[in-house]
Amino acid sequence: MSGADGSGSTAPEPSAGKGKFRRLLGHAIPVSAAIGIFLIWEVGVRTFGVPNYIAPAPSDVGRTLIEQWPLLLRNFWPTFYESIMGFLFGNMAAILIAVAFVHSRTIERAFFPIAVFVNTIPILAIAPILVLIFGAGLTAKVVIAALICFFPTLVNMVRGLQAVSPETLELARILSASKSEVFWKIRLPSSLPFLFSALKIAATTCVIGAIVGEWVGANLGLGALIIDSTFNFRSSLLYATVFLSSGLSVMLFALVTIAEKLVVRW
Amino acid sequence: MGADDPAGTARDYAAVLSNAVVRFGSFTALQDISLELEQGAFWTILGPSGCGKSTMLRLVSDLVPAASGEVSILGKSTEEARLAREFAFVFQDATLLPWRTALKNVELPLEIGRRRNIKIPVSDRSPRELLALVGLQGREDALPRELSGGMRQRVAIARALVCQPKLLLMDEPFGALDEMTRDHLNLQLLQIWAETGVTILFVTHSIPEAVFLGQKVLMLGANPGRLREIVDIDIPSPRAIKVRDTQEFTKYTAYLRRLLEAD
Repeated sequence: MSGADGSGSTAPEPSAGKGKFRRLLGHAIPVSAAIGIFLIWEVGVRTFGVPNYIAPAPSDVGRTLIEQWPLLLRNFWPTFYESIMGFLFGNMAAILIAVAFVHSRTIERAFFPIAVFVNTIPILAIAPILVLIFGAGLTAKVVIAALICFFPTLVNMVRGLQAVSPETLELARILSASKSEVFWKIRLPSSLPFLFSALKIAATTCVIGAIVGEWVGANLGLGALIIDSTFNFRSSLLYATVFLSSGLSVMLFALVTIAEKLVVRW
Repeated sequence: MGADDPAGTARDYAAVLSNAVVRFGSFTALQDISLELEQGAFWTILGPSGCGKSTMLRLVSDLVPAASGEVSILGKSTEEARLAREFAFVFQDATLLPWRTALKNVELPLEIGRRRNIKIPVSDRSPRELLALVGLQGREDALPRELSGGMRQRVAIARALVCQPKLLLMDEPFGALDEMTRDHLNLQLLQIWAETGVTILFVTHSIPEAVFLGQKVLMLGANPGRLREIVDIDIPSPRAIKVRDTQEFTKYTAYLRRLLEAD
């Protein structure tokens, strides 16, 4: 995971200095694009005199981020907790069910259509139902976050567990490997790249699930804060909350990416 | 190898096929194959595509069942032989597990069945020594993606030898390699054969390879797959690459080519 990895893939470098420069340039381009957009936004809002409650300037949002940090943080932790729990439960369930599907065609045939059906229900439509069932507490949000993670992981994990070449399975047979040996020594490791692709999706969607859950009914959490600040025309706070929730997604995504680099070394 | 049975029974042979037939549905893949593969021999199997060359190895290795007839390996049924790890298989693709290092891939057969307390024969050579035998000392910790196609195939050969098999079944193992690598691996395989005394049954679609490696060449025919002729190759061992430039060698290849075309 050292920086050398990233530069090594681009091109053979004539000198280390030049490679470093290129890498810096590689970072500089997206960063300056982002800064450019912020600048245009700031200047645009100021020159056209857009009222703060319609579109706050980035500087206002930045100030709110700092001034309201305790409030934001108080609302950050519940969402963080719900996202993580949803991520863990949703993926765990998906992995176990994928294993069951690969183990038995009958189970797959019975339950895969149901999984597809559940996946087609918009999360916004199912969220109130889950809040009705589980109440306005933590459980409903965790379930919603878990549900949104579930399907991509299920599909990817099934594919990953099946992504073993027929010849490798013949090798296993010649070695008289048992079903569990094939699973632990061959199927599970070969599914890991697929699993991590799904976990990266789940890392961002679980936050969406938690926030949607909080919209339906919560006093605390980034989702609740979004609703609250919108209705009170506290637009700077709304924007700051949105940035924080996206920051949460990015953080979870980065954690999964680091884990992937550590686990999938091949 | 123990020829302690003076009567010359099935146990003296690495493999015996008698009137073996393989069918896939109504399609007859192999018809009436009978042969006796002596222990320590190196036979190659040649034939047009679709003649059942691979099927024959799969029949011997208990991957496909015989519809009729019999197959025995060292006097055992193919299933007993498989459970006792009497044979090993090398595929055209190296079939290494990409997350395991070269050494860990070689050790895989030793791990399978260990938890179930199955008695596994173990080669006198350690996995490291086997990697050295195939010329990969120093690359023990390399992942398959860091190795060339030829190196990967050599890891697969080392893996096949780790349970000290009596019979090595090879299904076009060098078919996907470039000619130089192939020559090199052919020589190395002859050396391994001489050093370990393992019996080898080797499928190829290359006539020169079949002649260069084999003491006998089994010529199969297609539609239905059948054994047409067993050609003795009377070129003394050890063979060097330049054997291929001799008239004797070209005599064999020309003969086999005519046979192939006549099918």
